[in-house]
Amino acid sequence: MQRGLLLFYFIITVSSIFIFRLFYIQIVADEYRISPLNNSAVRVNYDYPERGYVFDRNGKLLAANQPSYDIMVIPREIKNLDTLELCNLIKIDKATFIKKIEKSRIYSPYLPSVFLSQITKDEYAYIQEKMYKFKGFYIESRSQREYTVNSAANVLGYISEVNDNLILENPYYQSGELIGAQGIEKQYEEILRGKKGMNFIQKDRFNREIGPYRDGIFDSLPEPGSDITLTIDIELQQYGEKLMKNKRGGIVAIDPKTGEILTLISMPTYNPNLMVGKERSKNSVKLFGDKYNMPMYDRSLLAQYPPGSPFKIVNALIGLQEGVITPETSFYCYHGYQYGSSAKAFMACHCGVVNFPIKLEMAIYKSCNAYFANTYKRTIDKYKIPSVGIDAWSKHLNSFGLGDFLGYDLPIGRKGHIPNAEYYNKNYKNGNWRSTATISNAIGQGEVLTTPIQLANLTAAIANKGFYFTPHILKKIKNIPYKAYNEKKITTIDSKYFDPIIEGMFQVFEIGTARYSRLEAIQMCGKTGTAENFKRINGRKVQYEDHSIFIAFAPKDNPKIAIAIFVENGGFGSAIAAPIASLMIEKYLTGEVLRTWMEQGMIDKSLEYQYQKQLFSLTSFEKATK
Amino acid sequence: MRKQRNNIFYGADFVLILLYLTLVLIGLINIYSVSSTTANFDAFSLSSRFGTQLLWIVISIPIVIFVFFLEARLYERFATLSYLFILLVLAGLFVFGKNINGATSWYSFGAFNLQPSEIAKAITALVVAKIINESQFDLRKFKSQWKAFLIILIPALLIAFQPDPGSSLVYLAFFFVFYREGLPWNYIFFGLLAVILFFLTIAFGMVAILILSVVLMLLAGIYIRYIKLRKLNKFGLDLLAVLLFSTVFILSVDQIFNHALKQHHRDRFMIILGKTVDNQGIGYNTNQSVLTIGSGGFIGKGFMYGDRTRGKFVPEQDTDYIFSTIGEEWGFVGTTVIVILFTAFLLRIFFLAERQKNKFSRVYGYSVVSIFFLHYMINIGMVIGLIPTIGIPLPFFSGGGSSFLGFTILLFIFIKLDAHKVYEW
Repeated sequence: MQRGLLLFYFIITVSSIFIFRLFYIQIVADEYRISPLNNSAVRVNYDYPERGYVFDRNGKLLAANQPSYDIMVIPREIKNLDTLELCNLIKIDKATFIKKIEKSRIYSPYLPSVFLSQITKDEYAYIQEKMYKFKGFYIESRSQREYTVNSAANVLGYISEVNDNLILENPYYQSGELIGAQGIEKQYEEILRGKKGMNFIQKDRFNREIGPYRDGIFDSLPEPGSDITLTIDIELQQYGEKLMKNKRGGIVAIDPKTGEILTLISMPTYNPNLMVGKERSKNSVKLFGDKYNMPMYDRSLLAQYPPGSPFKIVNALIGLQEGVITPETSFYCYHGYQYGSSAKAFMACHCGVVNFPIKLEMAIYKSCNAYFANTYKRTIDKYKIPSVGIDAWSKHLNSFGLGDFLGYDLPIGRKGHIPNAEYYNKNYKNGNWRSTATISNAIGQGEVLTTPIQLANLTAAIANKGFYFTPHILKKIKNIPYKAYNEKKITTIDSKYFDPIIEGMFQVFEIGTARYSRLEAIQMCGKTGTAENFKRINGRKVQYEDHSIFIAFAPKDNPKIAIAIFVENGGFGSAIAAPIASLMIEKYLTGEVLRTWMEQGMIDKSLEYQYQKQLFSLTSFEKATK
Repeated sequence: MRKQRNNIFYGADFVLILLYLTLVLIGLINIYSVSSTTANFDAFSLSSRFGTQLLWIVISIPIVIFVFFLEARLYERFATLSYLFILLVLAGLFVFGKNINGATSWYSFGAFNLQPSEIAKAITALVVAKIINESQFDLRKFKSQWKAFLIILIPALLIAFQPDPGSSLVYLAFFFVFYREGLPWNYIFFGLLAVILFFLTIAFGMVAILILSVVLMLLAGIYIRYIKLRKLNKFGLDLLAVLLFSTVFILSVDQIFNHALKQHHRDRFMIILGKTVDNQGIGYNTNQSVLTIGSGGFIGKGFMYGDRTRGKFVPEQDTDYIFSTIGEEWGFVGTTVIVILFTAFLLRIFFLAERQKNKFSRVYGYSVVSIFFLHYMINIGMVIGLIPTIGIPLPFFSGGGSSFLGFTILLFIFIKLDAHKVYEW
């Protein structure tokens, strides 16, 4: 018995190992548990629903579908093929034909695969007449996107084939299927695409279909995609894009009463139909590879610019709220503001009001740097420690949606930057800094960065006197109003403080920096901005032409549109940004533009020479250093 | 007493028979499911796997009765004769055999094919029991050892050259018997050591394992010498022998592996050790079978609902790989029940064998459990991806008449011998 125990233990050990192993492969390891979806014994035939249409706020069609045709092949079923005739018919050469057939055969001799994809309607018309001659080939019709406007590419986005990572993340998608990749096509992918229907079919190991899998208990019908309506006003969008011709920058217009985004312009842009169909991958390489114009870079959401003078308005509001100034407080301007003892510690000002006490209203329409430097310094120095002051200041700004993602319904965005105490403590050793070190914040330069949509939202909050609705782009799903964004966001500034500010912004158009953009019919409020900008080229700081900035809302008493414009290297805010804003407001509120001379001037204005200069200075610098 | 004598089944172990019947029944149900995957399936036609299996079960009934009808002592008396006869039959295959799937292992009688190697196992077990039972036989002696080895080597070689290396591997089972009956432990020890070193060397390379074994030996030496404070002399010699064996073996593994084995054998080892991944070609069977079992999950997909079985994804799913269907259709619950049933079956024979007062019966019983165990271990181990592909059937489950008949005869001769213990010998 003693020696017999060896076999006994062997039996027990082997059985235990078996049970552990079976426990592992049948219960623990996921890789072996196969859902019918990726089970090679079961083939799924998909039934794709039509993708939902996209309309603008006035019901104009933006995105629809068009039929496209794929020539399919089942290699095993090819019989008596006249290769030459087929090649001539579909216009490919013999080498390509052989390559494609080989590819299909490698994929599977029994299964249909795409032989030639996305042939056009015209080609289809004459090919399909002769298709009966070629056994094993047939035409399958599919649906592909068609954008009915040559505009708003950054809003609409595009659809493309899913990549492998996404397939791993989201089991809904199979290789080769399409998915929204940018813009609303991505954001509202699930609403637009609907749900594909599935038929499960049992196969054997030679890939032959035997019959429905489990009598079709897993099968499902397709659910069609839903049509959606955007808040975009496509006419205004197109008009803005026209005005921005040959210029770079972003324009965002918002309806302050609802937070609906009326336009979202990023220039330069591209034709959305370039990203459709069989030319897509070729065009995509071209567009993404254009490092000079960067058409795929949505400047309205991604570009972070120093806000410049429009930022003075918030600083004034904070000053009022903190009680460090009143509308009657006045400062003197000495062609600038001396904030330290050295000669360098001087902030120049071009308001030109000398030896005259400047009050808040005038400070706004004259855009006086000295006034706001004083206000800012008082705000920060109200608290004994500058870091406490900065934090209080930056909290006010955060309440306007600055310095963080706004939470709008588009898939991309940037936070911008509003510095706080932590930021300065990190950059100045031992927290040894004072309010004057951050004085550039007073006039929207320095460490402050905002995106166009943040600035537009800020404008809307000012127009509303202290609250805003999160900007959003979806208005209706299947004609049912979309209500996810009707929560009022209240800022930390009391509404009574907005009145003097709005009066000042009104004067900007009447007698201030934007008086040339004034319009008799509409009472507009705005603020110009001119932001210095630098680029670091191989470690050297190079200054370029200033960015032209403008924010505005109108009409003054019942705001219907709030708009923010950045024009890269456009010079003074009053030069390009203000006229464009004024024209767009006129267009939106009256439906037509009477100042055609101004309109034409803006369309003709090209900043290409500025951008080429940058390109040139960049390349010449590179040459010089070589 | 007379009445009992007249009942030939008197004394048969009913627990064992019940376990046997359970396994056969589950096996039959399972074959029905696999068999129904073929087109034009007709359960009771001889063209279906289920039909033929049922027929073999029916045929086995008179054979079992015949096995019980014979007097127990005849098995010992005619062991040598039948052994010589079966060797002749095995050798005859090289002349008259029918080639199926590349192996000349079959005699063809019209519609039926018989595989003599399946019967040879039982006869070899009888003759092994007989010689060990001889009074002058002592496995501690060199002469007896070689006699025993020769008895299993001849049929094993004849089968190996058919070629059916899987079936010949089963003869290794007799080493359990020899060890039980007095074969010195170092045969088993070195045998196991060789297997382990073989795998380790292929997996991790010659140099690493060589260094590892030297280090282990040194540690063992130090442990014995300084910690246990025993005399090193005896252990030292043993250690040296083991070290020498290991070194020579490890050095030769490379030669064996690269020159003695064929490419498809090398591939099978590499697949199991995870050194090669080729799920479409050489690793297809193992990969598909593990996937199929895994897809069953906890309770399985249900009888006749195994979609991978329907699609015949696992080759040989009605013979060697039949366990994959159980895994798919009955899940972890089903596979565990089968493993437990087999374990109970093996242990029951094991205890009955140990209980025998008669040495012949004991050795035979022990051979039976060893043979069943080896089939069970290699087959399931292979199907669940633990052992390289070695094609041998799972007793009572794999389709095939000869193996079913062979296993039944092997088992029932032992049940007969066991039942007989109540008589005077």
